[in-house]
Amino acid sequence: MRIYAVAVYLFLYIPIGIIVLFSFNAGRHASDFRGFSVQWYGKVLSNPFAMEALTTSLLVAAFTAVFASVFGTMAALALQSVRGRARAIYDAAIYVAIMVPGIVIGIATLIALVTLFGHLNDALALLWPGPPDTAPRLNLGYGSLIAAHTLFTMALVIVIVRARIAGMDRSLIEASADLYATPFGTFRQVTLPQIFPAVLAGFLLSFTFSFDDFIIAFFVAGSETTLPVYVFSSIRRGVTPEINAIGTMVLGVSLTLLVIAQYLLRQRRDTDTGAPS
Amino acid sequence: MQSNGASAVPVLTFRGVSKRFGDVVAARNLDLDVDEGEFLSFLGPSGCGKTTSLRMIAGFEQPSEGDVYLMGERVNGVPAYRRPVNMVFQHYALFPHLDVADNVSYGLRQRRPRPDADAIARRVEAMLEKVRLAGYARRKIWELSGGQQQRVALARALINEPALLLLDEPLAALDRKLRREMQIELQNLQRDLGITFVLVTHDQEEALSMSDRVCIMRDGAIVQIGSPRELYDRPLNRYVADFVGKSNFFAGTLVETGRERVIVSLAGTLRVPAVGGPSVAGMARGQGISLSVRPEQMVLSRDPRSLPADSAVKLEATVRNRIFLGEHTEYLLHETRLGEFLALAPRQTEISEPAFDTGESIHVSWSANAALVLSNE
Repeated sequence: MRIYAVAVYLFLYIPIGIIVLFSFNAGRHASDFRGFSVQWYGKVLSNPFAMEALTTSLLVAAFTAVFASVFGTMAALALQSVRGRARAIYDAAIYVAIMVPGIVIGIATLIALVTLFGHLNDALALLWPGPPDTAPRLNLGYGSLIAAHTLFTMALVIVIVRARIAGMDRSLIEASADLYATPFGTFRQVTLPQIFPAVLAGFLLSFTFSFDDFIIAFFVAGSETTLPVYVFSSIRRGVTPEINAIGTMVLGVSLTLLVIAQYLLRQRRDTDTGAPS
Repeated sequence: MQSNGASAVPVLTFRGVSKRFGDVVAARNLDLDVDEGEFLSFLGPSGCGKTTSLRMIAGFEQPSEGDVYLMGERVNGVPAYRRPVNMVFQHYALFPHLDVADNVSYGLRQRRPRPDADAIARRVEAMLEKVRLAGYARRKIWELSGGQQQRVALARALINEPALLLLDEPLAALDRKLRREMQIELQNLQRDLGITFVLVTHDQEEALSMSDRVCIMRDGAIVQIGSPRELYDRPLNRYVADFVGKSNFFAGTLVETGRERVIVSLAGTLRVPAVGGPSVAGMARGQGISLSVRPEQMVLSRDPRSLPADSAVKLEATVRNRIFLGEHTEYLLHETRLGEFLALAPRQTEISEPAFDTGESIHVSWSANAALVLSNE
């Protein structure tokens, strides 16, 4: 049993370990370790294509995280007052959004946006006062990437924030109202500080999911290249230690954010009242 | 302070207040006036409507029917944050992300225009001193004991100088000894500040020992309102007598009616005089009633001649059980016609006559003034 467990872990983590190890390879080939070096990190950082893809990924992830955490929190708060059958339907819709495979979201978003943009572009061309060929055209790119990622990660934020709201003492809200705070004052001074760790954790998770995502981005990125898409297209020219270096950096950033998110979600115990029950 | 003209208007008034949650009636047709500086308790078992009543005063619930007035002003539909009342919650509901001082100053900081920081700090300090928590201003809530949290909750409400302080089972989470201390502290605070208190509790001892008046509730309705002594000596019905202190209830029928003195037949054969009380007014002869006799009103003796001459009834009973309670001894007695009942003998009677033993046959009596006729409700 024990050997079996060890084997599973080795199977899972050896490939990742190899990527990290070979990113420090002094040699040219990914399969042949020739001593320790950080030269490939230097190469990546001075590669304009990789850097442009990184910038795109960071921008998309940042906007996605902001939108997902703001809208997700608003949705989670609003859902508190929904009860009964309607609540069950909303809950199901949220879980479906998390479970649906990325490829389905990718294709669905692509078709939806292309269809919508087609109609909108026709309408814009009609309304445009100047010559038709100078009319602005909506295209896939940053907007569609951020929209698709927000759609997918917002469900995560809703689930995380709602768990926190459910664990919150409802009488705190009443106590705040009893002490003359208006509903908005209560939200700002009591609800938000109480759920803030969950919102921040949702923000970091959304950032990570968006930053790492390949499948959805592959469909809806249009002419933009995110870092995972760049890695995928470079691999077709062979796995170089440069790719390993990118992989290792992405891994490092993602793990850091995930650990912070976990820490924030666990902190709740310390902030609860020690009221005897 | 209480003699100025303003005190003529009750701080709180309920007029025909009802509250329904779907098909459940939580409060029905409540009428109530609470005067300035008064300490009133809602007493009843869980689900009797006492908490709903409190929440309608606070503004967390709005009445389905009837009107709620605060200081003569109708407040139906006015949200909690615009009402000049404050509440101490059952589990305190202190804000865990704020320290003691920020919890206490929360209400002051919502005022517009907002008082300046120095004024707030001074008032917080004075308030913490009043609840004996000086020096705890920067403590975190979870570092405090239950009793300390209780006092923070009290300070957070009282610093706003509310017209009315609402307390929702505030002592339920404390252990017995601490509860006793807090009861005395609450009473002292109430007298010092002259603020009207409305307390909700299911603990009859707490309600009786602290309040000026007690409002006994059942199934959403008010059964009787009165001072603790009135409720104890003149309960309106069996429910109140049972809730306020211990009592023996003997089933009987009314033989002769009258305003003050009536004759009751017990177990079909015993005819005893008793006090009519308020519930006799609408009763006819032959109606079934409960005769209430408090255990401490029973006179016990081995010698029938030493029972008082004016006793309403003299019985012979067997001692079934004896419980030593310190200053009293409680006997469970059995009489062939009346069945089992309780009697309480004060310690001093044991000086003239040693304590009775289990199985011993003794003589029991009570006076007509000690027996109260109650409706079976």
